[in-house]
Amino acid sequence: MDDSVLLRVGHRVPAASRLRTSRWRGVRSPHLVGWLFVVPALAMYAAFVLLPLALTVQYSLYRWDGIGPSQWVGLKNYATVLTDPDLVGVILNAFKLIFFFSLIPVGLGLVVASVMQRVARGRFGTVTRTVLFLPQIIPLVAAGIAWKWVLSTSGVVNQVLSAVGLDGVTRAWLGDFDFALPAVGIIGAWVLIGLCTILLLTGMSKIDPALYESARLDGAGAVQEFRSITLPSLRQEIGVCITVTVIAALASFDIVYIATGGGPGLATTVPGLDIYQLAFAGRSVGLASALAVVLFILVLVCVLPIQRLARGDET
Amino acid sequence: MIVARREVITGRLLLVALVAFTVLPFLSLLSAALQPSDSTPLGIQWPSDPQWSNFVDAFNVAQMPALLWSSVLIVLGVVPVAVVISTMAGFAIGHLRIPGGRPLFLLFLLGLTLPFEGIITPLYYLVRGLGILNTKWAIILPLIGLYMPFAVFWMRAHFINMPRELSEAARVDGASTWDLFRHIHLPMARPAISALTILLSVWTWNQFLLALVLVEDPLQRTMAGALGAYQGHYATNIPLLCAGSLLILTPTLVVFLLFQRQFISALLQGSLKG
Repeated sequence: MDDSVLLRVGHRVPAASRLRTSRWRGVRSPHLVGWLFVVPALAMYAAFVLLPLALTVQYSLYRWDGIGPSQWVGLKNYATVLTDPDLVGVILNAFKLIFFFSLIPVGLGLVVASVMQRVARGRFGTVTRTVLFLPQIIPLVAAGIAWKWVLSTSGVVNQVLSAVGLDGVTRAWLGDFDFALPAVGIIGAWVLIGLCTILLLTGMSKIDPALYESARLDGAGAVQEFRSITLPSLRQEIGVCITVTVIAALASFDIVYIATGGGPGLATTVPGLDIYQLAFAGRSVGLASALAVVLFILVLVCVLPIQRLARGDET
Repeated sequence: MIVARREVITGRLLLVALVAFTVLPFLSLLSAALQPSDSTPLGIQWPSDPQWSNFVDAFNVAQMPALLWSSVLIVLGVVPVAVVISTMAGFAIGHLRIPGGRPLFLLFLLGLTLPFEGIITPLYYLVRGLGILNTKWAIILPLIGLYMPFAVFWMRAHFINMPRELSEAARVDGASTWDLFRHIHLPMARPAISALTILLSVWTWNQFLLALVLVEDPLQRTMAGALGAYQGHYATNIPLLCAGSLLILTPTLVVFLLFQRQFISALLQGSLKG
């Protein structure tokens, strides 16, 4: 604000607020006052995010056990992350989880949301929504514990399989080299289906019903309607669902830590868990940090194009 | 919308199946929690002699009141501060349009997709250096910083839509920047602020990684962290583990069922914007 304005309207300024205004007088520029509003947030962000981020990059260039002296190794840690078969496998695990964390919830979410849109009105719809949302508000740790028990040797899954005569298929799902990762994926899908469904449902309710009516007059079937009206109108919501779920897959930690601890072997170890284990149990802080930087870059590389596609020409 | 009867029935069957899939783990926990402690339960079965006393045992073993208190303190330490400072920053960037606001905003955005695991190692050394390892502060202070990207982003999105004429009129009447913020914009930002409060509270309550790495004592942790520790100790006693897990979940479930409308809309908006 410029002082001449204040002077011109000065006679209308109540005494109390004139007093308060004068406190800022010393500061002069309103821009400076504006920056004062940012300082606390920026300080916390700098201290607990930007600084650690810079330190992660710094650690990643050293060999350090976390206690003794560190040794400069340049990009060697990155070379290890990208070539060591174990570490590459760990990164690949995160990408395999995308299938379960993203594809299943978004695909199934689309189907369920369009069904809910048509048949779940009133009380039935409300109850369904509430229940489907439950996995979103409980800690992932709890989801991990519950599912670990469901999928255990004496859990419900095996109980049902035995009951229908499939004794041969029963196993400790989370302890099986072939099935552990898909089993972890199912837990993730369980957590994310509700969120995707309800997000997509909200998007669908914003579509103009007239669009459907005119399509029906043109003789469009349900599938055609879905493809030519529903899907295109939901571009932004689908983009959001994919973004959220892909991040959840790549950066997964809680569920894996609780349900399998990364085992058997490295079958379910994901980057987040490996960073934790390398840094705090393996005492390879440098390598863990290089993996952390790679993970961060992978998330950005996956999420930015999705954002661009989803926002696209709408803006 | 006119929907054929057969479609209604198949549609509802599909939804019922999905609802059953969603509640299955909870039912399974309950069924196991009611079996005699130290027995090895099998799948889901109604126990012939339900052992409700397992809940009492788990309540004592897990020290529920202390756990609750610790989580509440952490939420109270994180959420009000995070909400206030991010609202101020969002106001400055979105409404005051301070010079340099654009690059500053991009700097905050950089952290929006940062996985917590990415900086947990240096955070450990940082927190240890500050001498707050194994205290609630080890969770509170980093969480405030970690929430800033989302919270500032959220509040900026609100303030950027506020008409500038409003502030100009108030300026003419001699209001300072602080008056403007405190008396005009803060009251109008209430819906955005309350949704942000819900989101940050849920995320704090459920925060696991920071608790696991930075705080060893379960009684100084968040609810999720305490649950993790509890699982570590009682992994072999399934009935007691399940009873404890359900107990630890109860406060969240009760609060959710009471305020489900606000919760769902906050979480939906949260992911739409994020």
